[in-house]
Amino acid sequence: MLGRLTWNAIPWSEPIPLITAGVIGLALASIIGLILWRGWLPYLWREWITSTDHKRIGVLYCGLALVMLVRGFSDAIMMRAQLALAANGAPGYLPPDHYNQIFSAHGTIMIFFVAMPFVVGLMNFAVPLQIGARDVAFPVLNAVSFWLTAAGVLLVNVSLVVGEFARTGWLAYPPLSETAFSPGVGVDYYLWSLQISGLGTLLSGINLVVTILKLRAPGMGYMRMPVFVWTALASNLLIVAAFPVLTATFAMLLLDRYCDFHFFTIGSGGNPMMYINLIWIWGHPEVYILILPGFGIFSEVIATFSGKPLFGYRSMVAATMVICVLSFMVWLHHFFTMGAGANVNAFFGVMTMVIAVPTGVKVFNWLFTMYGGSIRFEVPMLWAIGFIVTFVIGGATGVLLAIPPADFVLHNSLFLIAHFHNTAIGGVLFGAMAGYTYWFPKAFGFKLEERLGKAVFWCWLIGFYLAFMPLYVLGLMGATRRMQHYDNPDWQPLMILAFAGAVLILLGIALTALQLYVSIRTRDKRRDTTGDPWIGRTLEWSIPSPPPAWNFAVLPQVDALDAWWVEKQRRHDGTEAAAARPFVPFHLPRPNPTGFAAAFCAVVTGFALIWHIWWMALIGLAGLAAVGLRQAWQTDTEIEIEAEDVERFERAHLAGAAA
Amino acid sequence: MTSDPAHSNDPAAAIPRGARRYRGRWLTAAALPGLAGCHRTGVLDPQGPVARAETLILADATAIMLAVIVPVIGITLAFAFWYRRGNKHARRRPDFAYSGPVEMVVWSIPVLIVLFLGGIAWTSSHELDTAKPLKSDRPAINVEVVSLDWKWLFIYPDQGVATVNRLVVPAGTPIHLRLTSSGAMNSFLVPQLGSQIYTMAGMSTELNLLADKPGQYPGFSAQFSGDAFSDMRFTVDTVAPDRFAGWAAATRGRGKLLDLPAYRFLARPGRTGTGFYGAITPGLFDTIVADGTKWPCRSQLSDDPNTKGSARAC
Repeated sequence: MLGRLTWNAIPWSEPIPLITAGVIGLALASIIGLILWRGWLPYLWREWITSTDHKRIGVLYCGLALVMLVRGFSDAIMMRAQLALAANGAPGYLPPDHYNQIFSAHGTIMIFFVAMPFVVGLMNFAVPLQIGARDVAFPVLNAVSFWLTAAGVLLVNVSLVVGEFARTGWLAYPPLSETAFSPGVGVDYYLWSLQISGLGTLLSGINLVVTILKLRAPGMGYMRMPVFVWTALASNLLIVAAFPVLTATFAMLLLDRYCDFHFFTIGSGGNPMMYINLIWIWGHPEVYILILPGFGIFSEVIATFSGKPLFGYRSMVAATMVICVLSFMVWLHHFFTMGAGANVNAFFGVMTMVIAVPTGVKVFNWLFTMYGGSIRFEVPMLWAIGFIVTFVIGGATGVLLAIPPADFVLHNSLFLIAHFHNTAIGGVLFGAMAGYTYWFPKAFGFKLEERLGKAVFWCWLIGFYLAFMPLYVLGLMGATRRMQHYDNPDWQPLMILAFAGAVLILLGIALTALQLYVSIRTRDKRRDTTGDPWIGRTLEWSIPSPPPAWNFAVLPQVDALDAWWVEKQRRHDGTEAAAARPFVPFHLPRPNPTGFAAAFCAVVTGFALIWHIWWMALIGLAGLAAVGLRQAWQTDTEIEIEAEDVERFERAHLAGAAA
Repeated sequence: MTSDPAHSNDPAAAIPRGARRYRGRWLTAAALPGLAGCHRTGVLDPQGPVARAETLILADATAIMLAVIVPVIGITLAFAFWYRRGNKHARRRPDFAYSGPVEMVVWSIPVLIVLFLGGIAWTSSHELDTAKPLKSDRPAINVEVVSLDWKWLFIYPDQGVATVNRLVVPAGTPIHLRLTSSGAMNSFLVPQLGSQIYTMAGMSTELNLLADKPGQYPGFSAQFSGDAFSDMRFTVDTVAPDRFAGWAAATRGRGKLLDLPAYRFLARPGRTGTGFYGAITPGLFDTIVADGTKWPCRSQLSDDPNTKGSARAC
């Protein structure tokens, strides 16, 4: 009846997951209770759960990422604590089977459910605003994308209490991830949650590519797009090109595991090394899917807070697109040690270094953007400067690892771990935090508390160096990744130092929560009435904060780069005051439960497939089909917004801004 | 398998531990100040030509990268400080957004560095190709390596012996390794001797290493392979060349025979200490490469308490 699901699937004997699950369950129950008690459910349902507004969906994505950051970080600090303890014969407090789940979950969650939703959320929020559009090209599909991601998140978290998570590392290399070596449900949780959320990511990628290509405001040619939009375009093109590879690779592994196929098995003609090639053909572009929007955010932030246009805009665009193309030509550097031979290794080593050229150009252009500027050290700018300093170190160690013989001794060592955290934290996370602080007032109409924001930055910056510089040294001392204990007494002091760094980062995360709480409590003091709190340059700052559902009362006419800055200059100079254009009625998509319903069915299907509950899987799939059909036959999907409504809103906003 | 008599009559056991002390080398010490001298096992303490060449590449490349990133970090902080809004002395150039010469320079610097480092990457990839035999006036010793769950088997086809979790090799002599795996993928690495390479079931890879002088060097798997992965360690006992022949002769005929059944018994998942076999079935390694593909069932015979949870028979 319930397939492989029994009472024993719940780890009754392991206190850590049980207590964690209890606390999370209690928190969830009290939040849901509060929502029901205060009668917030109709509001949440109407304005958020069924919302097709790209701004709301962007906020949901970022919220999801912040919540999962806590989960992924819990895994991280548990690992660091284990390694601070488990030296010289001490077993630590995590047995291998639990420890292995934790490092697998940490990587999976941080990449797929923190970095991805954070970056996708920021793009979702900011891209339509920056190109002067009223929404993304396919608003309902956008909701489906978000909710499918949330479905993946839910499944990963269910694995904490029902069954287990993968014990294979975050990329689940076969043969270890095949049934012969991993017969449990852990790998199935991994595969189905990533298949479901990966579909969401692909749909979101298509959506944003079409949005950028087709919905730009009149006059916004490609060379007038803000750099963040360029990086978002590159990132989403990579999603469209790379995520199908991931889906197909996982599909083959699923066929191996469920139907005894032999794509990646050892024996019967399977080849596990094919999986490793395929997963990195997705995996390396994925690195740039995450970092390119980060580069875009830093370009916006550095230009804005230096009070200057971005230096070398055309170079930046060229560098972005060069990275976009080259990112598909370096995947083999993740396994120089497979023995492919000197020519193959040398080619991919050199290609990897070639990617460092456009990245280096970007760094120099940021430097020259600051040169001659008038720099305001507000929180986003701090993240940007912290990023440049940190990221060049990560880039340099990346170039070291790109030399095949150097990689022969450092591959899979803690040096590698330090390197990619150097770029992932210093690049992606710093970028996401900069974007979060930068666009928060636009999304909610008030700024985040600044002193706490600075404290968060310093905790992360110092915590990062404390946690990962020792790992570089440990890697050189011969410490490898994913070890659960070690016997070299020299390593322990550095491991303890790294743990201290993690504690500092924990403080940073706690202060982020406190900052959000304090900012909401004191929001009336920090209102942004002008819509342009940072003296911005791009179109999102030309509209009220928070923007109305339709973003732009009248679609802007763009005739230059940094359109809003140019407009402000003209207003200041009093030259050619733009003729007031009339308000016209337009359509907005209605709230639509399709995304939520599809995700609900996807969770049922995924859970059923993980536990081999075939009847339930059929019900889930039937539900998905029904949701799709209902959506396809819907005709009344839009609301007309009257010109008078728009005009009334604009008047009120102008009055507020003047006051 | 016979458990290791190392503590009684095994010649290799008598190597003084002090032989593996770190001796600071100016290059690594110059490139990575503060690290030298605090450890004895890592990449920065090379004990053979391969490791030495790789450490040198690492040090050179680090020096080149530092020559770029230190100024970049310095300029970043300097610009950020000097052009702060409150600085009355800074000359503002709010419209400085393009300069042909500057663009030229910012593209040239990374291109030049990458040309240089790319050259290093290309030539060193060929020079240090893991399959390339090492130059030496001594003939190479052949060792066949099999990674098992979770231990290492070393077969000496020419000496007719085999060891577990302990690789005995002569100093100053090239070691030619062929490697495979019984199941999960592992990576064979002895940081002080140099290059690592994956061990993959049903395939064989090649690696050439050389240890300069007698000593004990830790080795391990650098690719996660399951629950007892952290215990997948071995020691490379490097002995004087004449003592190696003595060790092989003393081991030969003393322990059990390593044939396919004995191999399959050893391949059952679990940890084990060191050990040896006094005889081997000829061609066993090739049989393992061919046979490994039919031997993927880790859970069948598991007797290790740490493999619980993977109990489904396959």
